[in-house]
Amino acid sequence: MKIPPLLAHVAVFLGAALVAAFASASETKAVAPEEQRARELIHIVRQDCGSCHGLTLAGGLGPALTPDALADKPFEGLVATVVSGRPGTPMPPFRGIVSEPEAEWIVDQLMRGFPLDAGLPPSR
Amino acid sequence: MSSQTKVRLAPPALWAVILPAIVWLLAACSSVPPAAGLRGSGDLGVVIERADGRVKVIETTGRSVLATVDGLGDLSHASVVFSRDARYAFVFGRDGGLTKVDLLEARIVGRVLQAGNSIGGSISHDGRIVVAQNYAPGGVKAFDANTLELLAEVPAITEDGRRSKVVGLADLSGNRFIYALFEAGEIWITDFSDPKKPQTQRFAGGNQPYDALVTPDGRHYIAGLFGEDGLAMLDLWNPEQGSRKILSGYGKGQEPLPVYKMPHLRGWSVAGGRAYLPAIGRHEVLVVDTGTWQEVGRIPVKSQPVFAMARPDGREIWVNFAFPDNGWVQVIDTVSGKVTHTLQPGRGILHMEFLSKGHEVWMSARDDNKVVIFDTASKQQVGGFESASPSGIFFTTRAARTGF
Repeated sequence: MKIPPLLAHVAVFLGAALVAAFASASETKAVAPEEQRARELIHIVRQDCGSCHGLTLAGGLGPALTPDALADKPFEGLVATVVSGRPGTPMPPFRGIVSEPEAEWIVDQLMRGFPLDAGLPPSR
Repeated sequence: MSSQTKVRLAPPALWAVILPAIVWLLAACSSVPPAAGLRGSGDLGVVIERADGRVKVIETTGRSVLATVDGLGDLSHASVVFSRDARYAFVFGRDGGLTKVDLLEARIVGRVLQAGNSIGGSISHDGRIVVAQNYAPGGVKAFDANTLELLAEVPAITEDGRRSKVVGLADLSGNRFIYALFEAGEIWITDFSDPKKPQTQRFAGGNQPYDALVTPDGRHYIAGLFGEDGLAMLDLWNPEQGSRKILSGYGKGQEPLPVYKMPHLRGWSVAGGRAYLPAIGRHEVLVVDTGTWQEVGRIPVKSQPVFAMARPDGREIWVNFAFPDNGWVQVIDTVSGKVTHTLQPGRGILHMEFLSKGHEVWMSARDDNKVVIFDTASKQQVGGFESASPSGIFFTTRAARTGF
């Protein structure tokens, strides 16, 4: 059976797109939370993590969390620090406040350059 | 009076010119900036809008915003001290910016970028020297309060060659300043009497001091310790005795809770012969007798306290809390030693500031983008205004107080 040329083109194109999509997904390592939660997490990181790490995340009592500062740090180690804290330092565990996948997303975003805070949604 | 004198009025055509002129002149009067008129500065203050590098100049008599001043840089964890005449605010930004704001003219009159990462500052008793405390590079720097010219720098480098972050800076008599070194665990006093030749005395402190206070009389310096169960206290009338530990083992060996925000210590926590101190990693306010420095009580509160501030008359202590309980405020009655009120003034209460006689408290509700004003007698809201992500609120009455 002869495959129509148009169909062949479409199949190849779709295949390539799928491969590209998987490749980029495995690169990000982290799954984005749904929009409302993402906004909350951005607010928590900027404002509350920011009370030690600075609103611009350039550091304070805690170290800087900018892409440059994190570039040579292992991803998994950073996730573990967010989830479990760092004993002997003021870094507290955020277990119970953020989930492990959320911690992965936060670290991933920090390494890319953290999004700006749009504020919390107005209270009901 | 029957024989009327004939009053001569201008012809109607002339009025057509005069009337609009009068209207225009009156309108012009009202648009003259308030700074051009005389006013005092005793009821003024500054609200930090941390995310926008901006401060609001406010007045507390009519509870209103007078002006907004832009261009102050990164104001996360900004703090403010005032000139002795309460006209100028010195704003210390996180990015190392030191900005001098004229409150009456509502404009910046001086600004220097003095460090990479700064946490606050202080002003000398004679008002001539402003000192900034820095995390990076760790140390303090002294500036001429008039010109913001750099006078001297004291790097916080200990004998082992390590550099420390500086916390808990406060003013002492005789143009001296006291501060603590986070990594090194030391307390230093630097004398800037000869501003270009500072002299520094060093004392042992304790493990990881995170903030400190000087009592309102300037006699005692107390540093909160993150790395151990207790606080370090230095009697500045008897400095040769060195610092000693107070409230040692207040946690009684229990594992502290995770600390999501470091408590803040200032002389506001001293009232009626007692100091009310936030316990770090615990849901408690510790009460210590300032005569004997022994613990005389501990008050269970809703969450981990950040600020424990005495109302200026000393009758009440208002407490706010660390994330995620930062929407709550509790009021402790100092006579019964119990929490009498639990309030929810807004989301993200970062700071509280009392009017000097204590009848009102202004609170910043960061996550609601507003400042709320409460009557301290009725515990009811009596005012407020919109403000973008407000943090610190500083009234000019601080100008007259040691440790502020």
